[in-house]
Amino acid sequence: MILSDKHLKFREKVRQFADEVVAPRAIELDLNSEFPHDLVKKMGKMGLYGLYVPEKFGGSGKDTLSYAIAVEEVSRACGSTGIFLAAHTSLAVSPIYLAGNEFQKQKWLIPLAKGEKIGSFGLTEPNAGSDASGTRTIAKLVNDEYIINGDKCFITSGHVSDIIVITATKDPSLGYKGISAFVVEKGTPGFSPGKEEDKLGLRGSITSELIFEDCKIPKENLLGKEGDGFKIFMQTLDGGRISIGALALGIAQGALEHTIKFVRANTISGKPLYKEQSIQSKIAEIGTEIEAARLLIYQAAELKDAGKPLTKVAAMGKYYASLIGMKATNTAIEIHGMLGLTKKYPVERFIRDEKLMEIGEGTSEIQKIVIAREILGK
Amino acid sequence: MDIIVCIKRVPQTAEAEVSIDSTGKSIQKDRLTFDMNESDTYALEEAVLLKEKFEGNITVLSLGYPDTDDTLRIALAKGADNAIRIKAENFENPDAFQTAQILKSVIKTINFDIILTGCIATDDAYSQIGVTLAELLEIPHAALVIKVDANEQRTHVHRELEEGLIEHLDIKLPALLTILTGINEPRYASLIAIRRAAKKEIQQLGKENIELEDLVINSVIEELYVPPVTKQVEILTGSPSETATKLAGIVKEKGLI
Amino acid sequence: MNFALSNDQKMLRDEVRKFAENELAPIAPEIDISGEFPKESIKKLAEMGLLGIVVPEKYGGSEFDFVSLAIAIEEISRACASTGVITAVNNSLTTYPILKFGNEEQKEKYLPDLCSGKKIGAIGITEPNAGSDVAAMETTAVLDEDHYILNGAKRFITNGTEAGIFVVFAYTNKELKHKGITAFIVERDTPGFSLGKHEDLMGIRATGNCELVFEDCKIPKENLLGELGQGFFICMNTLDVSRIDIGAQAVGISQAALDEAVKYSKERVTFGKPICKFGMIQNMLAEMATQIHAARMLVYYAAWCKDAGIKRFSKEAAMAKYYAANISVDVTRKAVQIFGGYGYTKDYPVERFYRDAKILELYEGTSEIQKLVIANELVR
Repeated sequence: MILSDKHLKFREKVRQFADEVVAPRAIELDLNSEFPHDLVKKMGKMGLYGLYVPEKFGGSGKDTLSYAIAVEEVSRACGSTGIFLAAHTSLAVSPIYLAGNEFQKQKWLIPLAKGEKIGSFGLTEPNAGSDASGTRTIAKLVNDEYIINGDKCFITSGHVSDIIVITATKDPSLGYKGISAFVVEKGTPGFSPGKEEDKLGLRGSITSELIFEDCKIPKENLLGKEGDGFKIFMQTLDGGRISIGALALGIAQGALEHTIKFVRANTISGKPLYKEQSIQSKIAEIGTEIEAARLLIYQAAELKDAGKPLTKVAAMGKYYASLIGMKATNTAIEIHGMLGLTKKYPVERFIRDEKLMEIGEGTSEIQKIVIAREILGK
Repeated sequence: MDIIVCIKRVPQTAEAEVSIDSTGKSIQKDRLTFDMNESDTYALEEAVLLKEKFEGNITVLSLGYPDTDDTLRIALAKGADNAIRIKAENFENPDAFQTAQILKSVIKTINFDIILTGCIATDDAYSQIGVTLAELLEIPHAALVIKVDANEQRTHVHRELEEGLIEHLDIKLPALLTILTGINEPRYASLIAIRRAAKKEIQQLGKENIELEDLVINSVIEELYVPPVTKQVEILTGSPSETATKLAGIVKEKGLI
Repeated sequence: MNFALSNDQKMLRDEVRKFAENELAPIAPEIDISGEFPKESIKKLAEMGLLGIVVPEKYGGSEFDFVSLAIAIEEISRACASTGVITAVNNSLTTYPILKFGNEEQKEKYLPDLCSGKKIGAIGITEPNAGSDVAAMETTAVLDEDHYILNGAKRFITNGTEAGIFVVFAYTNKELKHKGITAFIVERDTPGFSLGKHEDLMGIRATGNCELVFEDCKIPKENLLGELGQGFFICMNTLDVSRIDIGAQAVGISQAALDEAVKYSKERVTFGKPICKFGMIQNMLAEMATQIHAARMLVYYAAWCKDAGIKRFSKEAAMAKYYAANISVDVTRKAVQIFGGYGYTKDYPVERFYRDAKILELYEGTSEIQKLVIANELVR
């Protein structure tokens, strides 16, 4: 992919960081289920959390394409670190940047964009996954405070977050229209992180429940207006799809690169593996699909930067990158053979990490419903 | 011979599903494709044919939003020499009369021998702008023109009337003609012409650039709605020959054949 | 890469789309059945400047870039796959090698006729015993004073029955292997040049596909294209460009299939509702749309690499061609599936799209060859 010099330079910088700093930590993060506090700080210092946020709000004033590149490059080295970057930026920085007022931006966006505070996004509930209208968390306005009650689950970085954007409804019978978005800070009485999940992949990232029991937050913590919640998270998810797409892409690219290294270094019956046509066929297929996925995701990023409608292309990018990402990581293991199943090579981690991409932030089935709706013109 | 062609960019609704937008006064346009109004393409082609015969200059003029530039540029590629967009964003939903007033204020600053417009716009179907414009400019006009045979001073035109009647008219220039589809075969723009037109500038006129009389408010859209679908079912009974006779009677009575 | 099209590219796309819908699509079913070469369409293509899209104006071309060429081929193929490949062969397989490797005299002599449609172009690479393995060709060219004497046969030549100007590859020195192959320009009326068997194809049936036979065919020495022994290089270089357009053709055919499937899914009612309301149908439509969009991006990207002056874009071109061909067969199959039994009939065009798509995986390098190119570039 040929990028502008500006983007190429940026990619070089992130790639170097990913190769030298992130990649060496990836194995132990996965093995020990360790959250990478060190890498989180370092990415903050590099300005990776506020790539499309203006400098006055602690960002670096670049663009969404730079952000997609950053997620891709970091995930190429480590999916767990990649998903932290993706969730923190597109799910916490983004909604506050999109819908926050000046006060809220000063208070939360700046520390989030600088990486001084960790953010997360509480949307999913036990009974509201892909269908967000099923939200059961209640926010009741009493005097000047909202009282929040309910449970959120599968929240990336939940445990360690300082600033959490959540959705809650004033009345579940109102469906979408009742949903609003709020900011909850760590330490607010009545808010406690629940069970932490033990996962197949992305084991260096935290996924946990959030529990709200009569949790009181000031009225000023409402993002946008009451009832704006659905709109805010739909916009957030359009951007989030770019990041999960970039994440899936980065993992696939990592799997491809390790596989290329492997086939160059190994032989079968005295013949280099890469000269075997059955191997070449597989490498060509995943190489092509990765390039196609990259073009979809970069296009979605460019559309976002141009302020154009991106729902269709963002959904296509996320659906497609995760689909081919599964194929690419699976093919990588096939080519490594038995060795691919061992912890000696990183490809088994890649396939475990990649699986989330078909599920998180809207399953592939949901992406396809979105795409179908767009092309059917309804 | 200097010619002005007034064109309009309209949504292509022939095969699309059309629904009313939230204002209740317009249709939802975000998923529709847009193109030059059909009869305007014939007006433009007629202008190009006249230019090929008499030489001269063709100016295309449109009151439209910025994306109208795409339509004007295609007109340039098909043979127009200049293109002017009057910024629709400066006006609040002008009706047909006001549109004619706005067009007039620009046209009075341009030299012309003939003004051509399409005979009807496929979106609002007013069929008024051409003739109103001619009246405002105080020049003769002919509507529903199916043939143009001009010389430098006058033009002979055929107008198509109901029941296939053709009216022959002789008109003194300058004049305005509203053109029917089928009068000619509009050409496609060649690639070379497209490449040249893509580089041409389209003159942009805002409210501040034109000398405008007070716009007369004659009509206001109150509501746009889709009539409810009603169903009437009549089951015919009897032997096949009886039902066939009844059916034939109904078809005849309703004027379907 | 800039994902937004420029003004002239957008205008070209819209105008070619309109042209193709009005002028090419209506006769596509007829010429598919009759197999008749669409001569009238070629005239119209020429008038619009679609036969020499990247050729400079001074040689009668339209002087657009390769992204525009791909867009035009896509739009034409969306209406009629046969006309799409005819146009692609004239543009990227005939005018392009002459433009890139021809000398000034050859350019002046041949390009204007190829751009105006006065003569149609074709290329002779494939032979009965040399398909993917180009170096296995048996056609020879022997220098005899100021002429080359050509002997051999070429097979599966698109535009063969109608073309006036052929770019033909032959061995001038078999011992040098692929470095002994040379390219020539052969005119139709050259003595010793005749047409062989006319192929009856499964799809793209109106493309004048036939065999070329050279029996002591005597061509002037000045018809040598490029340099002696440069033929293999010219061939590979030309295929890099033409593969982009086969990718574009695949995208066009696929888009046509999706358009028809979307339309039909809204009209066809089963179990009391239009089938577009069923999840299984939406699932297929979403997959098709995503595959097509990804393929289109790969095609544009490869063309953009060529426009940007990047020397080596074999990988990108092979990816575009391999992927677009691959999904085209899948997308057209799904379109037939959505139409159900009706899709299998000639009442609807999707069975034609399905037949037209298959050859995309075969010509100008099979999918297997594309994958070899891609893999070699990746592990190089």
